[in-house]
Amino acid sequence: MHEHRDYEGAKIGMWLFLFTEVLLFGGLFLLYAVYLHRYPAEFHAAGKDLSRIFGTANTIVLITSSLCMALAISALQRGKVVLSQRLVLLTVAMAGVFLVNKFFEWSAKIGHGIYPDSPALLKLPPGEMVFFNLYYLMTGLHGIHVIIGGAVLMYGWHLMRVGRVTPEHFVFLENGGLYWHLVDLVWIYLFPLFYLVV
Amino acid sequence: MSADAHDHPNFFQPLPGTKGGIASWIFSTDHKRIGMLYLYCIVAMFLVGLTLGFLIRLELIAPGRTIMGPQTYNALFTLHGVVMIFLVVIPSIPAAFGNIFLPIQIGAEDVSFPRLNIFSWWLYVIGAVLAVVSLVTGKGAPDTGWTFYVPFSAVTTTNVDVAVVAVFILGFSSILTGLNFITTLHRLRAPGMTWTRLPLFCWSLYATGWIQVLATPVLGITVLLIFAERVLGVGLFDPSRGGDPILYQHLFWIYSHPAVYIMILPAMGVISEILPVFARKPIFGYKMIAFSSLAIAFAGSLVWAHHMFVSGMSDTAVMVFSFLTFVVAIPSAIKVFNWVSTLYKGSIRVEPPLWYALAFIFLFSIGGLTGLVLGAAGTDVHVHDTYFVVAHFHYVIFGGLGFGLFGAMHYWFPKVYGRMYDKRIANWSCLIAFVGFNILYFPMFIIGLQGMPRRYYDYLPKYAEGHFLSTMGSWVLAAGLLLMFWNLWRGIRHGKPVGRNPWGAATLEWMVPSPPPHHNFDAEPVVTHGPYDYTGVKPDA
Repeated sequence: MHEHRDYEGAKIGMWLFLFTEVLLFGGLFLLYAVYLHRYPAEFHAAGKDLSRIFGTANTIVLITSSLCMALAISALQRGKVVLSQRLVLLTVAMAGVFLVNKFFEWSAKIGHGIYPDSPALLKLPPGEMVFFNLYYLMTGLHGIHVIIGGAVLMYGWHLMRVGRVTPEHFVFLENGGLYWHLVDLVWIYLFPLFYLVV
Repeated sequence: MSADAHDHPNFFQPLPGTKGGIASWIFSTDHKRIGMLYLYCIVAMFLVGLTLGFLIRLELIAPGRTIMGPQTYNALFTLHGVVMIFLVVIPSIPAAFGNIFLPIQIGAEDVSFPRLNIFSWWLYVIGAVLAVVSLVTGKGAPDTGWTFYVPFSAVTTTNVDVAVVAVFILGFSSILTGLNFITTLHRLRAPGMTWTRLPLFCWSLYATGWIQVLATPVLGITVLLIFAERVLGVGLFDPSRGGDPILYQHLFWIYSHPAVYIMILPAMGVISEILPVFARKPIFGYKMIAFSSLAIAFAGSLVWAHHMFVSGMSDTAVMVFSFLTFVVAIPSAIKVFNWVSTLYKGSIRVEPPLWYALAFIFLFSIGGLTGLVLGAAGTDVHVHDTYFVVAHFHYVIFGGLGFGLFGAMHYWFPKVYGRMYDKRIANWSCLIAFVGFNILYFPMFIIGLQGMPRRYYDYLPKYAEGHFLSTMGSWVLAAGLLLMFWNLWRGIRHGKPVGRNPWGAATLEWMVPSPPPHHNFDAEPVVTHGPYDYTGVKPDA
């Protein structure tokens, strides 16, 4: 039997998987919407405690990484394998920067005693507790997706190195890129909802 | 075995040049083998769930303590629910028969993502193992009911953590199956297999696949939140931390109501396959049946809050959800009317699969109509959380999906094993199970209307007769089902060998040898007629 390659099928499969990811986050966005409606003033107050500088920096990093990823796929399609590999590495490096940034941001908050189930958090008004619980859950789940996305892209880089992802067979990298754009897209919603809600 | 067994070994036998063995099954990417793995796991888990249900009924035979204490009882009904819902009925027909027959029915060699397919079986096994682990580890088996409602699920000391992780993994497995089927149906149909020549079983799996893909992630995040609530103390559903427990119910039912269509739609697909074969005429209203599957999938996703009429909702919301619930009845009724019209003036040949299909239509109709009693906002307040709900649910899921699954087993048995079971015993077991089923569940409608609450360990003497009758029914039903499984088991070993097409069906799976070979088709088939065009098709055994 010859090897079966169905790029159209692979992409349909990936898009269906992205739908499931959107709905996974959708449950949390639904909770956010209801609680924002219930506690507008508390969300406003709690949002002020988040660092807009960190948030903005991370947004820029992630959007730029998405651009790199798109360029990596274009480069591969045009046969520039080495350039594509470098761009993928750059994308993953920016994912790393994002996570390091996030680590410092979370550490600062935790240093102030604000984390789920902490004594300081339990003294806050209920709406602010909900805000911070949602903040940790949603950015945490997003962070896990950044890690998974980075791992997938590193694997794509490895496949390029061993010649299994090539300018003719690039669907793995293309699907990995789609996943990465989703990770980016989720953040583009998280950023205004948590940092700019004030 | 057929004469050409050496050239074309069937899919049970080792591939030429290999030794076979257990690894050639549990790491197989052959959709038929994966389907069989699912089938055996599902039957095994069904027997576990059946035993749990049987024990619950035995406890309820008389008021007061009979065979177990209240905590054991709570654990048993929780496990009965978790095992039956997540390990049996959600995967049942799609993962077992869908895997075996969907590719063959559309003239394909396999599903679009064979490796993902075996991966989803492994997730199923891991989920099943974790569900069992949750029983015997921690501080006792979960006692929340399969719905894991907060606040109880957030505070109970029993082993809910492991159980919700099991549910999350099982949900992932279900998503991957749905994703695989949708892609397969879009990409791998043989030449000439247009969308309007697709067997209705495939149409039902297509609609089911969309619900699996779009609804299951919401369950995933919901059970993750339970986990976060218990382990991290996040408290998004905890009123003392600003949370709202009602939102848990919304999120839970946003998945779990569409999930009942994951359960019932494939069974409807099976019925749509069986009826025309034994009525010897094309199915009535092919396009409407296909369309109604999609309509049920769509409308069924918008009705979740009818589980929550008494939980606290605005009157406007109650009316909207009640109205939408009634809307779902329309495509469901379209199917039932079309099935009955298919039988009308057919040259009906009564065989075991047809009996199961008829039992399905009868039981599903009762289940569906009583669903309207629950969907109507006024009457729901009266029967909410009573045995009426238990009866309705079991009529739809056990009477519907269960009998659809048994129908599928009897219909495709000769294709899968190349042998025929004892038809007389099959008919008897269907009748016994059908009678037992009604004795078991019909009294529940009555005691439910009289006010018997569900999930209670004990009850007032005035419900004693109904409960006693119901327990008697559980014995008859269990006897019928054991007879059925024994008969099928004997058929696998000693049944009379049959040819390719013992029922005289016209879909593609009946054109390949029984059991099918490793590679479904010698050459890619070209489809020239519809799935229910019986011109010139004759049974060969």
